[in-house]
Amino acid sequence: MSDLNKLGISEARDALRKGGVTSVELTNACLGAIEDAGALNAFVHNTPEIARAQAAAADTRIKAGDAPDMCGIPLGIKDLFCTKGVPSQAASRILEGFKPEYESTITQQLWDAGSVMLGKLNMDEFAMGSSNETSIYGDVVNPWRRGNDDTPLTPGGSSGGSASAVAADLCMAATGTDTGGSIRQPAAFVGITGLKPTYGRCSRWGVVAFASSLDQAGPMTKSVRDAAIMLGAMAGHDVKDSTSAELAVPDFEAALTGDIRGKKIGIPKEYRMEGMPQEIEQLWADGTAMLKDAGAEIVDITLPHTKYALPAYYVVAPAEASSNLARYDGVRFGHRAKIGQGDGITEMYEKTRAEGFGPEVQRRVMIGTYVLSAGFYDAYYNRARKVRSLIKKDFEDVFAQGVDAILTPATPSAAFGLGEMADADPVQMYLNDVFTVTVNLAGLPGIAVPAGLDKQGLPLGLQLIGRPWEEGDLLNTAYALEQAAGFVAKPAKWW
Amino acid sequence: MSIDTQTAARVAKLARIAVPQEDLPKLASELNGIIAFMEQLNEVDVEGVEPMTSVTPQRLKRREDVVTDGSQQKAVLKNAPDAREGFFAVPKVVE
Repeated sequence: MSDLNKLGISEARDALRKGGVTSVELTNACLGAIEDAGALNAFVHNTPEIARAQAAAADTRIKAGDAPDMCGIPLGIKDLFCTKGVPSQAASRILEGFKPEYESTITQQLWDAGSVMLGKLNMDEFAMGSSNETSIYGDVVNPWRRGNDDTPLTPGGSSGGSASAVAADLCMAATGTDTGGSIRQPAAFVGITGLKPTYGRCSRWGVVAFASSLDQAGPMTKSVRDAAIMLGAMAGHDVKDSTSAELAVPDFEAALTGDIRGKKIGIPKEYRMEGMPQEIEQLWADGTAMLKDAGAEIVDITLPHTKYALPAYYVVAPAEASSNLARYDGVRFGHRAKIGQGDGITEMYEKTRAEGFGPEVQRRVMIGTYVLSAGFYDAYYNRARKVRSLIKKDFEDVFAQGVDAILTPATPSAAFGLGEMADADPVQMYLNDVFTVTVNLAGLPGIAVPAGLDKQGLPLGLQLIGRPWEEGDLLNTAYALEQAAGFVAKPAKWW
Repeated sequence: MSIDTQTAARVAKLARIAVPQEDLPKLASELNGIIAFMEQLNEVDVEGVEPMTSVTPQRLKRREDVVTDGSQQKAVLKNAPDAREGFFAVPKVVE
């Protein structure tokens, strides 16, 4: 079998348990696919030796019986996760050469469960971007193309490498992180499933911080079932992250009954944006009809502060980033600029950070510095935090009315061409997150599910937003949507 | 609120990022665009609204005030661009 890399987690798990295939075989198939896929620029640090050793160990464990679900499954890991002894650069020049002396909690849990690390995945620098064009490693290319047009397209961002790798079957699944939409937007752009859990469900320890009150890691997978399985291995309380929730991790896969009869699904009128492409509008209507046919009750809802989510986000996230990224000073790790005769420590900081951070990161650090500076703190930062409270209350009001989940489009468009936004002002790029960013501000779980193709043949996704801590119920609704949408398209291999 | 090149230079200084003089006008204009976008927040009535501190209703956990880790000097210094005699080395900071 040469197509083993095309399996998803649940299929691979079942095959491994039956004994028809070994983790070493799965791993070799993925390593081969990665080798052939240089043109996608998804994997940026390959770890074949680690992968083969982990796969062999997994096979022993599977043979002995009682191996966990994720045992023997080859994964890609976003470069934002610290992995011991393996470059972990957050796609930034400032972390060039950085090899952590420790392992992030999430990746440690995955290795403890027997999963296999194929390597590190490209991303936007410090997860700041929506097109994977801010990476020190260069752009990631989307495996999908517009019909016969060979214009390279963005896989979205910031988890663009994860998205591209999963869609192109270079791995069975990948880790992603989501601060404003960085799991869900790229998942939608490449036709895969991407889940951002409730804030606090997965430990942030060892994940390079961007905006700590918004960051949350999650699975990017080939199906909703795979997302349920992988979340189970990533989630859990961690004493090393004081914001991680002390809650038991339920069996998310067991929640997938596909029965959503009587569930109340909210359709928020504020998400009907002016100038939204007709195809997105249609996809949303189709998705609504599918859930209704599956027995859900559809209700119109209002989330009145939606319009203010993006501006609030672009105060809060840069403010937290400017504080988090203060640690990159050329002293303890990563890049240090060569300094001139007579330069002191301040010049060393300034030159190091000018050389080490790309333009988008510099911009956000400076915006954050500005909104936190004396005289502007109340006008911008505190006001944004108040608006954030109102955005969260919008959702609480809707859930209090008995709504179980909210259906929206995942993105305002299909994948666009790399470089197409180069001359746009930064705010235009920020609009990519318009449907996803509210979920981070409110700390809720959200999932992108592929639901159709546009007329150019590109995938489009729908987003479901759930109640806090009810990922199981959310995944079940997503499962019903997935079943009804029946999305099975794959990109034709050109790389 | 408008950001001029002088303000841009001050912000760059506060952020400890060296920005060449000739790049300041472009930076100021980009920052202005983003700030203008944020100004929409002024339309919202936030009278009596508490600014959010924690997105999930939980108190920050406390633990015993005891040493839980340490004695890892080598590991701590492993990634330093310049480490000498068990310390991080930096350009001279005191005369």
